[in-house]
Amino acid sequence: MLKMTPLNQTHRDMNAKMVDFGGWDMPLHYGSQLDEHHKVRQDAGMFDVSHMLPVDIKGDNVRGFLRQLVANNVDKLTVPGKALYSCMLTPQAGIIDDLIIYFLSETWFRIVVNAGTADKDVAWMLKQRDALAPHLEITPRRDMAMVAVQGPNARAKVWQVIPGSQAVTEELKQFQSAVVGQYFIARTGYTGEDGFEIILPAVDAPVFWKALHAAGVAPAGLGARDTLRLEAGMNLYGQDMDETKHPLESGLAWTVDLKSERDFIGKQALLDAAVTHQLVGLVLIDRGVLRSHQEVVGQKDGAEYKGEITSGGFSPTMNQSIALARVPVQIAVGDEVDVIVRDKKLRAKVVKYPFVRNGKVLV
Amino acid sequence: MSIPTNLKYSKSHEWVRSEADGTVTVGITHHAQELLGDMVFIELPDVGRKLKQKEECAVAESVKAAADVYSPISGEVTEVNAPLVDEPGKINEDAFSAWLFKMKPSNPAEIDGLLDAAAYTELVENEDH
Repeated sequence: MLKMTPLNQTHRDMNAKMVDFGGWDMPLHYGSQLDEHHKVRQDAGMFDVSHMLPVDIKGDNVRGFLRQLVANNVDKLTVPGKALYSCMLTPQAGIIDDLIIYFLSETWFRIVVNAGTADKDVAWMLKQRDALAPHLEITPRRDMAMVAVQGPNARAKVWQVIPGSQAVTEELKQFQSAVVGQYFIARTGYTGEDGFEIILPAVDAPVFWKALHAAGVAPAGLGARDTLRLEAGMNLYGQDMDETKHPLESGLAWTVDLKSERDFIGKQALLDAAVTHQLVGLVLIDRGVLRSHQEVVGQKDGAEYKGEITSGGFSPTMNQSIALARVPVQIAVGDEVDVIVRDKKLRAKVVKYPFVRNGKVLV
Repeated sequence: MSIPTNLKYSKSHEWVRSEADGTVTVGITHHAQELLGDMVFIELPDVGRKLKQKEECAVAESVKAAADVYSPISGEVTEVNAPLVDEPGKINEDAFSAWLFKMKPSNPAEIDGLLDAAAYTELVENEDH
């Protein structure tokens, strides 16, 4: 039996093509994945991301616990409402999950984790809580729904739909959030466009979704979500990184704080790690489509090397194929590599990602 | 969409139209494009290539996945729909007019062995359940 979000019937009523996504019955598209992609880049689209899980951590000194739990430094969160992207690591520095932490008060932080990893994440948090801060209360919020509204016109459409929200959220900067009545509104996303991610009570989700639709926000499925996040150069857990990889070889060094005195789970392993690989962007020069797990081959300084595409696909904005690939650190931006696609070698150029941000091609 | 009765079909979702000059035209079905989603890349066989029935001869890639196209019958490729390469979305718009290639059958009896519209409809319906 597949798990369903509070919007399952709403998607079906809108003729969504539903797929099994890690045990969840989710919309892949509502007709055309390409149209949904362009709508987000040019106007506004909405995604049901209720399969992801908000987890509330409450009690005295939540911050002290999170200093140890995650690789980024929660001391960067000084203003209530501020959000932080981080990895949660094993002692060996394998990535358990990537997540967003919202600082609401010193006694209340909210963490949003991925759907496929939610159970193991909560189990890990509870285990660490028992060892490090047994007084804290950790509550998975399956009573909540989550809707991402993304695109250059996304915020204005949300303001139309949620009375009073404009005054409270207009001044929010990227990675800040505010509470408006029953809505938790964060200026975050997974598309490379402006917009909000909104957490609200599950029972109210269908009415909210329909109101957004009436305001001109296009429903968009997981298909467009994947091409948008790939263009935006954002990692996908399970593809670009997992427990066998550490952040320094996954393009996530910027999310790891090794400078402060603070100890955190996985820190020593990261300090000891030999960083032999990196994540780079590829733009396909030849015709074709790059896909995950295709092999990257080439020669550098007389030595042969191999790498692997971790996420590949067709970029609707660039109208050509792009990818993230894990390759040896010797490979540099501007190099050309070969990718083995079926029985052929296709030529691709190594680029610095993101590929697309705020509607503009950057590579 | 209804399945045209003037065409023949393979189990791997290619359609085949017999032309007056003895050649056949080959494409992929509406059902196939529906399964794949928005098409973004097409690779066609070389003209003159001799194909065996069920041989991989073209590639149709959508935003979602890559799919091999199999030659529905044996024969020689006589012409390809080159403009389609620049507009793969034509397959989504009308799969039964966006043909991939034409071929001269080496064993015309194979055409009779393909599915007719009724049999193909049944195949698609059984797949959906």
